[in-house]
Amino acid sequence: MSILEIKNVSKRFGGLKALDDVNISVKENTVHAIIGPNGAGKSTLLNVLVGKLIPDEGSVEFDGNSLIGRKPHEINQMGVSRVFQTPEIFGDMTVYENILIPLFAKRDGAFRLHCIEHVEDEKDIVEKAKKMLQDVNMYEKLGMRAASLSRGDKRRLEMAMCLSQEPRLLLLDEPTAGMARADTNNTIDLLREIRETRDITLAIIEHDMHVVFSLAEHVTVMARGTPLVDDKPENIKGHPKVQEAYLGGHKEG
Amino acid sequence: MLGLSKSDIRIFLLVVVLTIFAPFILNPFPEASGLAQFNAGYPDLMQRFVIFGIFAIGFNILFGLTGYLSFGHAAFLGVGSYAAIWMMKLLTMNVIPGIIMSVLIAGIFAVAVGYISLKRTGIYFSILTLAFAQMSFALAYSVLTPITGGETGLQPKISDPRMLDAALASGEAPRANLFGLEMGTSYELALSGWVFTFNVGYYVAAIVMIIALYIAIRIFRSPFGVMLRAVKSNQQRMRYTGLNPKPYTLAAFVISGMYAGLAGGLMVAMDTQVGPERMFWTASGEVVLMTILGGTGTIVGPILGAGLIKYMENILSKINADILYEWFAMLPDSIADILVFVIYPFIGKGWHLTLGIIFMCVVIFLPGGLVEGGQRIGNMFGRKKKTEGEKSSQPAE
Repeated sequence: MSILEIKNVSKRFGGLKALDDVNISVKENTVHAIIGPNGAGKSTLLNVLVGKLIPDEGSVEFDGNSLIGRKPHEINQMGVSRVFQTPEIFGDMTVYENILIPLFAKRDGAFRLHCIEHVEDEKDIVEKAKKMLQDVNMYEKLGMRAASLSRGDKRRLEMAMCLSQEPRLLLLDEPTAGMARADTNNTIDLLREIRETRDITLAIIEHDMHVVFSLAEHVTVMARGTPLVDDKPENIKGHPKVQEAYLGGHKEG
Repeated sequence: MLGLSKSDIRIFLLVVVLTIFAPFILNPFPEASGLAQFNAGYPDLMQRFVIFGIFAIGFNILFGLTGYLSFGHAAFLGVGSYAAIWMMKLLTMNVIPGIIMSVLIAGIFAVAVGYISLKRTGIYFSILTLAFAQMSFALAYSVLTPITGGETGLQPKISDPRMLDAALASGEAPRANLFGLEMGTSYELALSGWVFTFNVGYYVAAIVMIIALYIAIRIFRSPFGVMLRAVKSNQQRMRYTGLNPKPYTLAAFVISGMYAGLAGGLMVAMDTQVGPERMFWTASGEVVLMTILGGTGTIVGPILGAGLIKYMENILSKINADILYEWFAMLPDSIADILVFVIYPFIGKGWHLTLGIIFMCVVIFLPGGLVEGGQRIGNMFGRKKKTEGEKSSQPAE
């Protein structure tokens, strides 16, 4: 069963067609990678999915509900979380508070004026936050300012923030961009573990083939705003259209 | 206790004790001594301390937590004042309806101003709030004269209807009171050379400030307070975490507007008059200075800042050249002349210069304001004891 259904989506910026009749179907509880060279429209597509951009045409449905015209926070409340290329966290707050915020958002919705209770009196939330920090091995860093964490820890914290909301779909925008090989492998392990231990669908936008082929169960290759190939990773590797897109032509024979 | 953490309750109780004993603390010098002019324990100034304290506490909820710098908060102070004076004119000289109405009207006004101003962030937000405040000032000064009394402002008059009050005897002036207890009433306690004044108005305002501070601490430590700090930290992440920053910032704006209205209402309760200059942009700027000077985002900082600025405005500005010559009377004339020449620009009407220098020093050397200064001094004395404890509580890297 597909959890995310992208149908005939087009988006134009002036004369540039960033997305041209995109059709992608993401199956529930899989890892789906969207790859492609620079300018293929991957980031535009992601921004359409999270409500940052409204497409000119087409429909996007998450679990049967349209996402078009909804604001980012509404889409999140439906169960879609997003991890950014450079970790977006609450830098001048503590690691602990960083985890509290998504938990409150999940329980109380987009806005609630509960300004009388003390944070520590919200036992259920506090417990969940501490458990989540233990799960991602960051409990000792609970009191640290989030901005002072290492890059790897920031990434981990951002993932923990997203996962604490128990999203059904997690969108990842180049989660290993700019990382050293060791860090990349750690991230791959982390993502694999997330996928294996939870009821979650991962949609990854990625440059790094190593990451894609280590994780993805399904791959969509995009070029110039359109999906070229949509197949299992083993069938993608030698696909002539993919080589053409990446290398500007494929070798005969 | 009271739903506050240990460190918060300590700070809160300290403020309560200082406020209650302020008439003693602020009058450290005997009446006859030359230093008596540095005494700040007279009702008018003490009232200002706590009223501007409320104003700054409220401003800090917006600026300290969300980082939105409003440059028009005096508008809410003014609106609150006008609301209170009209209650005194129409209903009663009892201060309670006036204070309640000042909070409500300022809150409603803040919803309108905030809704529009919060469409922008950063400097544009500041400019929008400034524009609103200056418009309010100009309107109060001119077009709205029938409601605001224009340039001369408003005062309760004998001829006002005052539906709930008994008619005044001829020649009797209307006086602000709390169920008959007049705000202007003072009790003086003379103790061998010292005179301490206990004023009803001050204690009414002080109780209101303590309640206002308590509510502010609860807001700071609540999930709502955490969300407001999230607004300051990263709105992008907030949106992608399923939170809508707009209503949070608007709520903070309205709450701080209501605090400003409360301060305005209390001002009227104390001096039963109001004029448009209360909304002038310099008044809006003053509360920004108070908050930054004391410590943005801290609990007691704004009160300290308000106290320091009001102290300097009222005490430092009273010192003139003659007083300086009196101080240096024992020195040779030429040296006294030089000293007076050097010091004179910093006192009297020059008190702004002193304030400016203090402000610059705080911003450059103590970005956390006076509160940070206090903490540093505290650390200097407490370091030896703490080092070992700190080491063990620091998480391993």
